[in-house]
Amino acid sequence: MKLIKTSYNRRSFLKVSGAAGGGMLLGFSFLAGCTAAEVEEKVVELVLPENWFDMNGFIKVGENGVVTIMSPNPEIGQNVKTSMPMLVAEELDVDWKNVVVEQAALDTKNYQRQLAGGSQSIRLGWKSLRTAGATARRMLLEAAAKKMEVAVDELSTEAGVIYHKASNRSMGYGEVAADAVGIEVPEEIALKDPKDFKIIGTSIPNVDGRKIVTGEPLFGMDYEEEGMLIATVAHPPAFGMKAKSFNKEAIKALPGIVDAMILDMDYSKVPSWTSNAFLRNSMVAIVGNSTWEVMKAKKALEVEWTQASTAESSVDHDTQLTILLEKKTEAARQDGNPEKAFKNAAQVIERTYSAPFLPHNTMAPMNFFAHVKDNEAKFVGPIQTPEISAGIFADITNIPKENISVMMTRMGGGFGRRLYGNWLFESGKLSQLTGKPIKLIYSREDDILNGVYRPAYKVTYRAALDENNNLTAFTVKGAGAHGGPVWANRFPAGTVDNYSAADSSMDTNISTGAWRAPKSNFIAGAEQSFLDEVAEAAGKDPIDFRIELFERAKNNPVGEENDYDAERYAGVLKLVKEKSGWDNSMPDVHRGVSAYYCHNSYVAQVVDIVNKDGKPKIQKVWCAVDCGVVVNPTGAKNQIEGGTVDGIGTAMYGGVSFKNGAPEQTNFGKYQLIRHKDAPMEIETFFVDNGIDPTGLGEPGMPPVIGALANALYKATGKRYYDQPFAKQSDLLG
Amino acid sequence: MAEFTINVNGKATQVDVAPDTPLLWVLRDHLKLKGTKYGCGIAQCGACTIHLDGIAMRSCVLPISQLKDQKITTVEGLSEKGTHPVQKAWIEHDVAQCGYCQTGQIMSAAALLNDNPSPSDDEIAAAMNGNICRCGTYTRIKDAVKTAAKMS
Repeated sequence: MKLIKTSYNRRSFLKVSGAAGGGMLLGFSFLAGCTAAEVEEKVVELVLPENWFDMNGFIKVGENGVVTIMSPNPEIGQNVKTSMPMLVAEELDVDWKNVVVEQAALDTKNYQRQLAGGSQSIRLGWKSLRTAGATARRMLLEAAAKKMEVAVDELSTEAGVIYHKASNRSMGYGEVAADAVGIEVPEEIALKDPKDFKIIGTSIPNVDGRKIVTGEPLFGMDYEEEGMLIATVAHPPAFGMKAKSFNKEAIKALPGIVDAMILDMDYSKVPSWTSNAFLRNSMVAIVGNSTWEVMKAKKALEVEWTQASTAESSVDHDTQLTILLEKKTEAARQDGNPEKAFKNAAQVIERTYSAPFLPHNTMAPMNFFAHVKDNEAKFVGPIQTPEISAGIFADITNIPKENISVMMTRMGGGFGRRLYGNWLFESGKLSQLTGKPIKLIYSREDDILNGVYRPAYKVTYRAALDENNNLTAFTVKGAGAHGGPVWANRFPAGTVDNYSAADSSMDTNISTGAWRAPKSNFIAGAEQSFLDEVAEAAGKDPIDFRIELFERAKNNPVGEENDYDAERYAGVLKLVKEKSGWDNSMPDVHRGVSAYYCHNSYVAQVVDIVNKDGKPKIQKVWCAVDCGVVVNPTGAKNQIEGGTVDGIGTAMYGGVSFKNGAPEQTNFGKYQLIRHKDAPMEIETFFVDNGIDPTGLGEPGMPPVIGALANALYKATGKRYYDQPFAKQSDLLG
Repeated sequence: MAEFTINVNGKATQVDVAPDTPLLWVLRDHLKLKGTKYGCGIAQCGACTIHLDGIAMRSCVLPISQLKDQKITTVEGLSEKGTHPVQKAWIEHDVAQCGYCQTGQIMSAAALLNDNPSPSDDEIAAAMNGNICRCGTYTRIKDAVKTAAKMS
């Protein structure tokens, strides 16, 4: 049992609300409380209480024992709306069937880090959410002890009921909820021993599952308010352009159009880590009564755009990145003397890998609702960074931050794009200018056109082998537009005596930013393809070759700052080796392996390719994952499966190319996303069971599979794949 | 603007919109049926899939003026409480991640099973190929379609 500081405030909370209209209401939790096996049963209808009693910012207990758990973080498909409340429910010790989950709005008083990014929600919420549950349980226990006139430590709980076993008495949480409000809790509180977990570690289906399959309005796109207008924007057709003038009167005269204007946004005050994401700040906005009317008016736009900065093209980016790779750059890390080791090598292998700019392509294009009045603003919609974005809007408009509310809806995908809320600011600005509540919707074309792309990357690897086929030197040099892809202290740093890592960046006026597993989404595939070639050159099995390196890192590491745990890294490789039956060769199956560590989790994958109708087809992907405790196995597997499919799709087809500043692919007609036919026929995921505190899963499943895919394709086709998208090189999977 | 009477989820409904308004926006903006989603506007992603006389169609490129008296079914009309076999199977397999594309996937799957009650893996992939899932839930979708086929 661990004692945890109860860090948040212990002030009194008041009874918050009666149910709307009073009386008993039939609830809407639907199958929130059902395990997968029980889905066949009828829709669960919870009877909601008349009064809710607020224990702390996370928990409201009704007089009938039904519990509302607030989900603090934005839900982008990473399933935190289910898994984070599970942590609270575990320590509160309630029956999940009696839990209603509610999305919290931005609330910096009650919650910390309301952000979806870096796969950190579970890792960083692991203690605070459990503490919230344990604290509320303690308050309920104190109240029950008073009522029963016994000592608190004589009481125990199970599934929302408090027991005094000595006197054979019991009380439901609902019976003591009113008395528990405002009870002071101790400075320290005990958390459960993981072996006593009842909810954590069980597969609980998505709390919004029923609403999703019935089409209930859950997403920002679906949000409406009385008197709301719809807006859309036309971004310049190319980066570097600004709007100068347009046929304003003609547009305003079109049916259903209320207003049209040039919108120039001032992004000079955005935080520096986001500044490359906000390079497109001039557009024409159209406001009207309905979506089709504004979309139709957009087609009638005649805009004069002016070229304000260079019109860049992908071929030039490629040339400049190559120049950067050839230029001498100071190493971010150097061990030993790589130059000397290469001179003395028996074999030197050098390869260069590349990947293009990558749009996020969330299924729901960018959108947001805003209602700005005088000195206050209300926002509703999909945003990964509610707090940061409210701060930026405050800076843009001088509306005090405390007067800005942000309600997060479920997001139709995030992948990093919704970290950068330019559409949120634009919706707010349009609402301010028109004085109306506005829902701004980007068309798909504008969504891709106004991307915050994964930078275009190039990387060159060199490896030296001695006459005994030992790895004696390893260097990596990367370049990106904008920002390089290299992590200097990641594997294989620490495993080679002579090592260097260098990175470089070029400026571009094409907006770039975080894309699922930043940098790793490219570098993992490149590194793991390269190591496959090195292992082959050394005449070693690719898994054995890697495990040898990890043994070195474990027993006699080079350098002090190696950003990984060699034992856990080797552990996922060993697990995938065992589960996939790596040692049993199957004549018609071509296999590739890879492993990568990012966002605090370790993933190894084996891709099996078969020949189907004369084309390579992915038969199965085997995944071994070490993310510590698995909070919700069904959701965890879903993340790894999704990451796997995303990695394969991105490597095979992903990327946008630019010509004179304009993207050459702006919708799914020309831009290929992975579809059903191209997806693996099967994905199986295995988790390492080690009881370590949990780490993230939204990102780590994506990067390594690109290496395993490239390595399996090599076995299947005899060709190595260095440049993404692979499908450009030949008509591959189908 | 013109008046149109369309049959949505078993009810005759009147709307007053421009004749070229795609059915998608009639459903979403005028009839407030939000289950049918906008994804691309060019019939490439399948998020807007509805049934027209039981056949899966992309509503984002279907102007209201081209409709006659066909029966339009949206995901809201597939079942009252989400108890259509495809919906139940989707929950059983915990398919959704972000969930945005899933109503379109469900409409395509339901139309497939109407037509072919026990599809093979290849037939499922072919029928569902027009529906993109950016989160990559394809293997779960395939499993859910098979479960739904057994249920129906």
